[in-house]
Amino acid sequence: MTVGLFIPCYVNQFYPNAAKATLELLQKLGVDVVYPTKQTCCGQPMANSGFEHLSQGCNDLFIENFSSFDYIVGPSASCVLHIKDHLHSDKAAVKASEIRSKIYELVEFLTDVLKVEKLDASFPHKVGLHHSCHGLRGLYLSQMSELNAAPFSKPKQLLNMVKGLEQISLDRQDECCGFGGTFCVSEEAVSVKMGKDRITDHSKNGAEYITSSDLSCLMHLEGILHRNKSKVKIVHIAEILNSSL
Amino acid sequence: MKGTLNKDHAELAEAFIKDEERVDWHDGALWFIRAKRDLASKKISEWETLREAASQIKTNVLSNLHQYLLQFEENLKKNGIIVHWADNAEEHNEIVYSILKAKEITQMVKSKSMLTEECHLNEYLEERGIEVVNSDLGEYIQQIDNEPPSHIVLPCIHKRKEEIGELFHEHLGTEKGLSDPTLLARVARKHLRNIFLTRRAALTGVNFAVAETGEYVVCTNEGNADMGAHLSEVQIASMGLEKIIPQKKHLAVFLRLLARSATGQPITIYSSHYKKPRKGQEMHLILVDAGRTRQLAREDFRGSLKCIKCGSCMNTCPVYRKSGGLSYHNTISGPIGAILAPNLDMRKHADLPYASTLCGSCSNVCPVKINIHEQLYKWRQVIVKEGYAANTKALSMKAMAWTLSSPGSFTTAGKAGRWVMHNIPFVMNNKLNPWYKQRDMPEGPKESFSQWYVKNEVDNKKNNSK
Repeated sequence: MTVGLFIPCYVNQFYPNAAKATLELLQKLGVDVVYPTKQTCCGQPMANSGFEHLSQGCNDLFIENFSSFDYIVGPSASCVLHIKDHLHSDKAAVKASEIRSKIYELVEFLTDVLKVEKLDASFPHKVGLHHSCHGLRGLYLSQMSELNAAPFSKPKQLLNMVKGLEQISLDRQDECCGFGGTFCVSEEAVSVKMGKDRITDHSKNGAEYITSSDLSCLMHLEGILHRNKSKVKIVHIAEILNSSL
Repeated sequence: MKGTLNKDHAELAEAFIKDEERVDWHDGALWFIRAKRDLASKKISEWETLREAASQIKTNVLSNLHQYLLQFEENLKKNGIIVHWADNAEEHNEIVYSILKAKEITQMVKSKSMLTEECHLNEYLEERGIEVVNSDLGEYIQQIDNEPPSHIVLPCIHKRKEEIGELFHEHLGTEKGLSDPTLLARVARKHLRNIFLTRRAALTGVNFAVAETGEYVVCTNEGNADMGAHLSEVQIASMGLEKIIPQKKHLAVFLRLLARSATGQPITIYSSHYKKPRKGQEMHLILVDAGRTRQLAREDFRGSLKCIKCGSCMNTCPVYRKSGGLSYHNTISGPIGAILAPNLDMRKHADLPYASTLCGSCSNVCPVKINIHEQLYKWRQVIVKEGYAANTKALSMKAMAWTLSSPGSFTTAGKAGRWVMHNIPFVMNNKLNPWYKQRDMPEGPKESFSQWYVKNEVDNKKNNSK
């Protein structure tokens, strides 16, 4: 099994440690991982702003980079969901459709494909789990609070395998952080207020770290935490699962 | 009317958020209702089945609307109700006016009806010398404050009791500083009772119109629709075409969903069936299109017409809770308003589909399973293609810049990296970027992942894999 590692553009630029942790974790679990170095942006910022029709360049490049792999795995629920829902190509329709069904967000790849039951990880801290909306309601990584349906949580299932880690509970278990792609700048005031309120929920419930399967949410929250000189830190779930502190 | 003219959602929201204590209170009040809705919906094991049934009944209605409307009209007539058809708001208002004029009526009481808000009926009638009093308490409060409702179920949810006390002091002569909700409600009740007793005409909205029987159902908690209707000699009901349900038995699905979704109540206090006029009474029903058939023809958006106006998408929407209903500058606010409004005026409402993080909570509380967040995404595509993106100020500046320099053409990691830094709106390395107003950017690492990978991994890979 060869996995193509999909590292979203801003993760590549700003959070190389999360990308390294993803790579190392998959390798530790015995997966053959290849990172296609010519990858760029998945096109989501454009498409979510209404410019989907101009994102064909991104689509074609994505297909070129990733169609040869058995699976594609990325440490970002939002970018993975975008590919799953919107990757298309008239000239390579079959390849596009194959990619849509073989792309996985890291957490679901671990629980659903590798069926990981044990991790050699240790992270002795109080951690609040932030559900990315695209991971929650798009990829169904956990059961959402809106539905009358049986609860489950793939990220929690993995975090439970980490030694020393204490998961805190939140007042609002799955509310949006307000990042929202372009929304974070076009609706700056609402975006920041939503982020501040999420942070308050985590900090008042004792979180030392906020983790998520989406770095875009975390980048937004970190930006607010840093500006307000908070002690609470953000960490991508791959870094925890790959951690041996 | 207090105006929101020429300001887009982002600007109006920013103004609302300045008073952070009020935002926290507003957010908390609506979240409390969302939590009540969660409890109520989880007490019914068949909740998700009910939602699916309601959605499918509405799909059937939208697919056979023509037939159901004719059946409904026929049965209304059999029951002695006078039927009117209005193509648009103007026609609707003219019909109401002509009914009142024929009876020389100059005062009317009106229960909750978002349709008449949408048609600006009150203003139209007032310009022609007819006084209208809104009898739903929340709408009454909004009316005396000369402000539109901010929420379809809770019209004055953005007002605190002290502000309502101040309004009552000014308009109803209550003691200054009185803000006890029970006392204020008693004063309003006394005032409205006199209105009910003296008005010859009463207008109500319609929650459900039953094609099979020619009756319509109005749901209220205050009984105000009934008070108005039962004491009137002329009773008028205004409804959008989409309010039809095929059979009476379908109420067993919708009435169970409506109040639970709206407020967490098992059912509204009053679910009143109106079927035929009393002796000496005249009953009119106005069927209004006002853009609904246009929306019906839009394949991607016709599902929005399933809406039963419960308001649960507003209560759950974090953007709505933090920005207030009036920031949507449209009669129907919140997520559902944002997918209905562009159909009415795409230029004016081009900003609304962008007033969302696309978190998807709305679609999953919706009792008729409208895919609201997917429609928001689709409206964005339409708005850009139709050339209205420039109407959303923030978007026009930021979106254009990066779409003109698609990263697809870059094939080396370095170039792509520079593209990301300069063009992805939330990453743009520029102090004018709104990101920096209240947030920092992560400190740039020494090297990107791709630089590190090329240095450290490529050689290993060559040895280990194909």
